[in-house]
Amino acid sequence: MTTTVARLHRIDPLGALVSAVGAASLLWLPFVVFKLNRILPGDAHSLMQVLPASAALACQVSLILIALVALGIADARVRLAAALVGVIVVAAAVASAANLLTPAGNRVVRVAPGSGFWVLLVALGLMATDAITRLRPRPRPAVRVLMLALFAAVAGAALAHGTFDNLSVMREYAVNAGRFAHEARQHVWLALGSLAAAIVVALPLGILCHRVPRLRGSVLGGLNVIQTIPAIALYGILMAPLGALAAAVPLAARLGIRGIGAAPAVLALFLYSLLPVVANTVAGLKRVSPAAVEAARGMGMTRWQILTGVELLLALPTILTGIRIVLVQNIGLVTVAALIGGGGLGVFVFQGIGQTAIDLVLLGAIPTVALAFSAAVLLDALIDTMNRTRQ
Amino acid sequence: MISIDNLSKQYGSTTVVDRVSLDIERNSITVIVGTSGSGKSTLLRMINRLVEPSSGRVLIDGNDTAGEPAHLLRRRIGYAIQGNGLFPHRTVAENIATVPRLLGWDDTRLRARVLQLLTVFQLDPAEFAGKFPHQLSGGQQQRVGVARALAAEPAVLLMDEPFGALDPIIRAKAQDDLLDIQRRFATTIVLVTHDMDEAFRLGSRVAVMSRGRVLQYDRPAVLITRPADPFVSQMTGLADRAMRLLSLTTAGEAVIPGAAGGPVIAASASLRDALSELVWRGAESVAVVDADGAPLGRLTVAAILAHGRPG
Repeated sequence: MTTTVARLHRIDPLGALVSAVGAASLLWLPFVVFKLNRILPGDAHSLMQVLPASAALACQVSLILIALVALGIADARVRLAAALVGVIVVAAAVASAANLLTPAGNRVVRVAPGSGFWVLLVALGLMATDAITRLRPRPRPAVRVLMLALFAAVAGAALAHGTFDNLSVMREYAVNAGRFAHEARQHVWLALGSLAAAIVVALPLGILCHRVPRLRGSVLGGLNVIQTIPAIALYGILMAPLGALAAAVPLAARLGIRGIGAAPAVLALFLYSLLPVVANTVAGLKRVSPAAVEAARGMGMTRWQILTGVELLLALPTILTGIRIVLVQNIGLVTVAALIGGGGLGVFVFQGIGQTAIDLVLLGAIPTVALAFSAAVLLDALIDTMNRTRQ
Repeated sequence: MISIDNLSKQYGSTTVVDRVSLDIERNSITVIVGTSGSGKSTLLRMINRLVEPSSGRVLIDGNDTAGEPAHLLRRRIGYAIQGNGLFPHRTVAENIATVPRLLGWDDTRLRARVLQLLTVFQLDPAEFAGKFPHQLSGGQQQRVGVARALAAEPAVLLMDEPFGALDPIIRAKAQDDLLDIQRRFATTIVLVTHDMDEAFRLGSRVAVMSRGRVLQYDRPAVLITRPADPFVSQMTGLADRAMRLLSLTTAGEAVIPGAAGGPVIAASASLRDALSELVWRGAESVAVVDADGAPLGRLTVAAILAHGRPG
């Protein structure tokens, strides 16, 4: 009795959840869906049905081993490795399923990953992120960036090699390759451009709010109100004044400022970006040790030297945390800009919704998630590097 | 050296420093002591114009400090504060190099100065130069703070409660070090504290402040024997004033001729320590020796006690 209780205690709760969800998805959810064309509803296939017996068995055995690691092994490095192997196994399985189900030379049928695949992927992703947060000591920033680069290189090599070419998403990509590159560039440009503009305005505004406490309440309050407006509503609000501006000032129109398109998108993202950067600039400056500033003044540094050489440098990790929030948030919000003709990867999302072509939605959504994730990892690494040398 | 001439500071209708005049001797430690709110820090901060005086003047070597831009004035005056105010994002060496860099020293001179100061402050350059402040103990941080204040060879060093954050044992060591440093660099030091023991230990002259006014400014022994004001005797302490007085004179200064057996005491020890030694040993006299152990003479109980009363 007591031994059973002790054993049960040793079973990892998250591991149990992940294993149960993974097993259920393998048993009862379709791993891939076969469609005669991109719009017709398709037939569900389980992993066992599509893959040859030996491959299916190998796949299942590896997943069971990974589940055992998730249930019983505490070492975070082993858990992380197991989860990453699991991702590779599942990706390889879905790629070969697509290759096996597609008749040679047929460009019309679509093999899409089924709900079972996605649930399995989420379970493995959960296991991996949980393992990363459990790693002690925490991996150094450089190691984290290296891991991201390695993951991107493997994924990039597989894509370049054509491993996934028979999967429905890559079929959509093949049709839209030219537009994809353009919209991806537009996406990054909108996210980074609005961020850059926000930094240029928010940094001085944050410094001003720190210096003049009376301003702080009204400025932060005002920016908070903007933050509560839904993105679509804000695009709508900006349409009329920008349209009027373009009509009244020909120069503005010639510069590309119109009621729809990139201008209202950049402006809205810019407005959303202000609050996190201003608030974190104020918070970062507030955290600077008053003794350090007092000593700097006492040693004869000018106000400008104190601001740039002491205060802003000490506040930088906090300010960068605000910038990280904004960048990740913008990469997501740019998607909605497609609705008002702003371009970006959201174009594929809304086109896909319009055509009920879920594969096209994924072509827009997956790279957006990957971009946001990479931005978060890179900026977190940068912030950590700074926090390590100065505390 | 430093002439404070009828200096006042008002914030609105509140007078923080009220018509203070002081002449601070060159190459000595002057201590300004007072309770919190007495205006002692404000007075100190008016010397390097961290606070601009409402009226009055500060002259350094005869030159009015109001005559040059404040930040240039401050680069010529060392400044050390409680909690040291080190820059957490800069290494020990970079911290020390702050003012010389502002003054545009060349790299060779700067590096040599940083090395010298680290050595003087007993911080092995190989070990400490590249460390960040948070990697140091409180006492080490405090030493770096003083080293940084002295980096550009200032003639004047202002210190605002520099040892306030240290525990008693490290504080005593830091006070001894400061006396050595003052002799070594012949710096004129003005130090603010609320601790009378610290004031007596360090100051060759002590100014007692209360409510913005300097009540008395004199040698420590005079503050004890001839307090100008009830507040001064309250600050110096009535109960143990005799012992305080004894602590101000060294055995070497009070030594009388003759030989003594039994206990031995160094010439640098205070009469308070000598008396304590006699009480402890139950002896009537103690031999006084110099730093090399050579006999200088002796001290008797009567000779010691004669120094413990106004005379």
